[in-house]
Amino acid sequence: MIGLSHYLILAAILFTISVVGIFLNRKNIIILLMSIELMLLAVNINFIAFSHYLNDIAGQIFVFFILTVAAAESAIGLAIIVLIFRNTRSINVDDLNRLNG
Amino acid sequence: MIEFKDFVFFLLSFVLIASGLSVITSRNPVTAALSLVLAFFNAAGIWLLLQAEFLAIALVLVYVGAVMVLFLFVVMMLDINLDKLREGFWDYLPMAGFIGILMMVEMVMVFKTKQFNLSPLAEALPNSSNTELIGITLYSDYVLPFELASVVLLIAIVSAIALTLRDRKDSKKTNPADQIAVKRKDRVRLVQMKSEEKYVKSKAKERI
Repeated sequence: MIGLSHYLILAAILFTISVVGIFLNRKNIIILLMSIELMLLAVNINFIAFSHYLNDIAGQIFVFFILTVAAAESAIGLAIIVLIFRNTRSINVDDLNRLNG
Repeated sequence: MIEFKDFVFFLLSFVLIASGLSVITSRNPVTAALSLVLAFFNAAGIWLLLQAEFLAIALVLVYVGAVMVLFLFVVMMLDINLDKLREGFWDYLPMAGFIGILMMVEMVMVFKTKQFNLSPLAEALPNSSNTELIGITLYSDYVLPFELASVVLLIAIVSAIALTLRDRKDSKKTNPADQIAVKRKDRVRLVQMKSEEKYVKSKAKERI
């Protein structure tokens, strides 16, 4: 029988994968954004699992808001990436050192 | 004997983890984006198992339908030098693996404790749909956060457009504010001069 801890461990594995992804893809902003999306997905799985097992709808409301904020975040993030690419012709994080004074 | 629901859970979570690994290791960002789509689909399946039907469909519509299309659009629009980005890709693997395994072990140790070993409480009311319940809660207890969320989305729209809008230098667009603010003296100039009688008379003759 699948219990709450199975879902939590699945979300933990997904979160760890995305943390490792941020380490590995430290030069590619697009994959960094995708890793952040994956992290948010793991957090959402936790919320929904708790909502189901504690029989409380508030967790699902929270997921709703997280989805909203994540969509806004990725839209603005991608707009910034397009802007960076237009100015520097590169999305390498190493090239983004113009503010270092 | 393994239950069918458990089998579905393990299948979905296996594909979810595999596609997550594919997102972070794939060479081509397009492959990574498509793997992320697969991951979202499997997560939606897991949410269906947890009886969160509304959010599962919303995840597919919002993420797969909108956000990932945006990702694919940007990835394909930019001309990226992949070799430069992949330089030293595996350099940080020992540290990343160490931190990842550490996090993993800690979290599993916490989640294996007794208070997380719940089985579902009493089933939700049989004739109340998930969507209806979310709607009732969202529009009563959470109406202010809901409105704030819409403001966040509006800000996202405006800022995304404002960031990427680029004026063409050769466009001949007019500024309406300048046009409205124009005064008569800016456009009309009265000139005092004598009428040239001879010329006017000869023109009149020609017309006859």
